[in-house]
Amino acid sequence: MSTPPRGTPPRSTPPRIVEVRQNVLKHNDEIARGLREAFHDAGVYVVSLVSSPGSGKTAFLEKTLSLLRERNYRPAALVGDLATNNDAARLARSQAPVKQITTGTLCHLEAAMVQTALTEWRLKDLDFLFIENVGNLVCPSSYDLGENLRLVLLSVTEGEDKPLKYPTIFNSADMAVITKLDLAEAAEFDSAAAHANIQSVRPGMRVLELSAKTGRGMDAWLDLLAREAKSS
Amino acid sequence: MHELSIALSILDVAGEEVERRGNVQVEAIYVRLGPLSGVVKEALISAYELAREQTPFASARLVIEDMPIVIFCNRCGTERPVHSLQEMRCAHCDAPADRIVQGRELQLSALELAE
Repeated sequence: MSTPPRGTPPRSTPPRIVEVRQNVLKHNDEIARGLREAFHDAGVYVVSLVSSPGSGKTAFLEKTLSLLRERNYRPAALVGDLATNNDAARLARSQAPVKQITTGTLCHLEAAMVQTALTEWRLKDLDFLFIENVGNLVCPSSYDLGENLRLVLLSVTEGEDKPLKYPTIFNSADMAVITKLDLAEAAEFDSAAAHANIQSVRPGMRVLELSAKTGRGMDAWLDLLAREAKSS
Repeated sequence: MHELSIALSILDVAGEEVERRGNVQVEAIYVRLGPLSGVVKEALISAYELAREQTPFASARLVIEDMPIVIFCNRCGTERPVHSLQEMRCAHCDAPADRIVQGRELQLSALELAE
């Protein structure tokens, strides 16, 4: 073993740890911040939706778009889907502008995908923008999309314990919407248990119950949207 | 499973830091992870093993620091843990949690550099 030449510091210094303190998703957060500013400046109120596959997200959104148009608002929707454009085709029946974001194998939307999808639209022409995330109750919770309001949907057919199984997504959302209320009786849905579970994982969370099919609860939802948009 | 995306983001942010500091060799990457981040620790560790291959971080360890949920309990007037992710109430007095002060972290906290 050769000895180091004189003046060279000893080799066996303790490891050097440098503080970084950067959010891992800082690039996403930066884009989301830019989107939020652009939405605010253009006067668009933005709602994102997360849920498991089959929770009635598309039916709920289709009804929401139609009813908003009846009330003379200008809504639009971005729809995240792994492979197909079926959801976008369904939503287009509402006559509102709809655009598909095909995520391929990616299980969630990121702010950059929203930014790219919006390039052809003038935000000033819109009052409401809905962003339907990929059907998944795990991955979307980490990514800010610049939205004003994040909804988590739970259908009466999924079981009351969904919030306990996926506490993080309920915790990252602003409001829970219980869908398919028309099937509550057939599914023996225990509304009190569902509400208790939601409050257990996210104390104070606002909860709406509705049926896109019968329209029950939809007026309350639209009133809430109009109020929130006005005060944002 | 979005942990591979997260692992790639960790390497991106670490890469920027290395560039800023000028050609340093990283021995370990320290990440703070809270249960409310939406990221599963075990899945992230496996994803990181894959993601680091053929990058300048191929031999860099990932050290995860768990950040348990802490709330500010209004009733106790101080910071407290909660019962669990499923029961977000003060572990001391049972009051519902309304202000989360820790547990959402997904942060690259530090780098360990070779001298």
